[in-house]
Amino acid sequence: MTDISPSSRAAPKLAYHPIEWLRRTLFSNWWQSILTLVLLWVVSQIVPPMVKWAVLEAVWYGTGDDCRAGSGACWAFVGARWNQFIYGFYPEASRWRVDLVFLLLVLSIGAVFLPRTKHKVWLISGIAVVLPIVAFFLLFGGVFGLETVPTSLWGGLMLTLVVAITGMAGSLPLGILLALGRRSKMPAIRIFCVTFIELFRAVPLITILFMASVMLPLFLPSGVSLDKLLRALLGVAIFNAALMAEVVRGGLQAIPKGQYEAATAAGMGYWKMMIFIILPQALRLVIPGLINTYVAIIKDTTLVLIIGLFDLLGIVQAGISDSNWLSANVTRTGYVFAGLGFWIMCFGLSRYSMYLERRLDTDHRNSG
Amino acid sequence: MHEPKMPPRPGYWSRSRIKSVLTQAIFLSAVGFVLWFLWSNTAQNLSQQGIASGFGFLSSRSGFDVSLSFIPFNNDSTYATAFWVAVINTLVLAGLGIGLATLLGFSLGLARVSKNWLIARLATVYIEVFRNIPLLLQLFVWYFAILRPLPRPRDSVALADLVFVNNRGLFFPSPIFETGIGWVVAVLMVGLVAAMLMRWRAQRIRVETSRTVYQWYWWVLALFVAPTLAWILSGTSVTMSVPELKGFNFKGGLHILPEMLAALLGLSFYISAAVGEIVRAGIQGIDRGQTEAAEAFGHSRAQMMRFIIIPQALKIIIPPLTTQYQSLAKNTSLAAAIAFPEIISIVAGTAMTQTGQALETILLAMAFYVAVSLSIAAVMNFANYRVMKHIV
Repeated sequence: MTDISPSSRAAPKLAYHPIEWLRRTLFSNWWQSILTLVLLWVVSQIVPPMVKWAVLEAVWYGTGDDCRAGSGACWAFVGARWNQFIYGFYPEASRWRVDLVFLLLVLSIGAVFLPRTKHKVWLISGIAVVLPIVAFFLLFGGVFGLETVPTSLWGGLMLTLVVAITGMAGSLPLGILLALGRRSKMPAIRIFCVTFIELFRAVPLITILFMASVMLPLFLPSGVSLDKLLRALLGVAIFNAALMAEVVRGGLQAIPKGQYEAATAAGMGYWKMMIFIILPQALRLVIPGLINTYVAIIKDTTLVLIIGLFDLLGIVQAGISDSNWLSANVTRTGYVFAGLGFWIMCFGLSRYSMYLERRLDTDHRNSG
Repeated sequence: MHEPKMPPRPGYWSRSRIKSVLTQAIFLSAVGFVLWFLWSNTAQNLSQQGIASGFGFLSSRSGFDVSLSFIPFNNDSTYATAFWVAVINTLVLAGLGIGLATLLGFSLGLARVSKNWLIARLATVYIEVFRNIPLLLQLFVWYFAILRPLPRPRDSVALADLVFVNNRGLFFPSPIFETGIGWVVAVLMVGLVAAMLMRWRAQRIRVETSRTVYQWYWWVLALFVAPTLAWILSGTSVTMSVPELKGFNFKGGLHILPEMLAALLGLSFYISAAVGEIVRAGIQGIDRGQTEAAEAFGHSRAQMMRFIIIPQALKIIIPPLTTQYQSLAKNTSLAAAIAFPEIISIVAGTAMTQTGQALETILLAMAFYVAVSLSIAAVMNFANYRVMKHIV
């Protein structure tokens, strides 16, 4: 008897001739055809002028006057300001320290993101603890004969990464604690965590940054003052901890009750059970959500410019208002440069998150 | 046979309960201590710096002007009035933004799953560009790179001499209604209610008897015929106020400030990318069997979307959509960076620097955002409840 169960035979492959492909995907009926033609016209109106502006008519070398005379992008401006965009006002002689931190960062990211890496959760936790400490001593200095560089000189991409990575590293452990607290059986702890999470999720980051920059000095004993950057970092980490807590909670809720019961039956206490049984599984489940929160953190770092720190966007904004360069093309070029910088970081991370999502979860949805 | 031996029932004060009560007691006292510590420091710092406390400042004269206000406001108005100006500006921005973002987002989501290769690709490019660039940068681009460098009012970009765009914003004609328009509006309202009732009746008949009752003529009657009749009978008329260049700026018509325009476009384009992804995920989250069944029944693709896919997808779409709406409302705060007079720039900005009362102003702003977030959650939960009830 022939096997006619649907799974035993693959559906016949549909091979299209290019013309058949065009007919099916672009001109399947009269109004789709009109739509295609209209969209093609729109693309033809947008893309060639953009290429013309960004490449063909761009000013690659020169001064602000050359850019004012030209009609294209002013890449000369980015070239002239490159060091400032990357290092802020960091002293030139010590920039190798920033480079070293960048290198360590790239190596850690490589180690974490390679698909074959084992014990990913532990590796991430390890890096999250060690890297910030090493980076702090390298960047701030004051030890091992390194010259101290006050945070007021930090800026550009370097500051953006400092804020983003501290936010990421700080918000995860805090978020895990808040998520555990929210699911705690002890009412006092549960109510505190729920209030904390919901309050911080309901307000915008700006209010938290204002709190950190204006109200925190009022909260501390007179005479005690915290560094401006440190206050911003605290604000970013605590704000994102509340968002992270909700992501982690999703993972905790997805772990079957049997896992908790088995761990308890095996005589494990609360922390042992959480650290060795529940969290490794729960965090694995929420890695995509976690990375999406990280993308949001990177985008949110730009807000520190409102409280007067010069992150990548802040320093570009300051650069384009320099009277030596001031012109419409410089403004556009500056924003395109900053936009590209952020876009590469965020798009890369979100692609990685989508890749993981596909790898962790394959089912029969309408995704074809 | 012997009775299974039950383990001894722990008493009320079991070891774990004692541990739990102790832990909570320690936790609460720690929280209490930190709060007391912060509070006493704050009180001391405030008295040292001679800053007043309390909300008394709300009833004193503000002494500043704002560029956009929907209620009467000048520099003699109180801080409380300034607060309400900021609240209304923020709510208008958030409301328009949510509307535009929803419209754009749903179109993008549908475009993403379109069979038309070109439109699906373009929607993907749009989404990936707009959601991976920080909102603040997008607001800067709209404001500093696009709207501010526009020509002066004298050299406005004009559309048929009715709509004008220049560096002062967007100007377009607005209707001026004369007396008697109230009748037309009243008839329209009554018609709308009647048509809703007819729709409800038609639905009930269809559920009970599977008979389709056509109701489109009710809508035509209620929305077009009756108001037109009322219009003619009441003898009212409408004139258009067209913007005209007078001196250095335009007078008449409706005027949208460049700050408003930049904030609105920036917010809604940014959030629409996220909404588009949510709508796509909702549509693709419906089991493929539903699509196949709809195709087997001979539904067209549009029918399938309208009657099979979207109603089910809404169940998946609404919860994350709520988060995006809240996010848009919170992100109106970034418009402060392009000088849009919303709650941050007025309350936590101007009012704070003038009064020095950081604590009160920031708490006021935070309370406002909490209220907005909760309201959005309440409305969307109601929508979610409706969707779940109708389908499940």
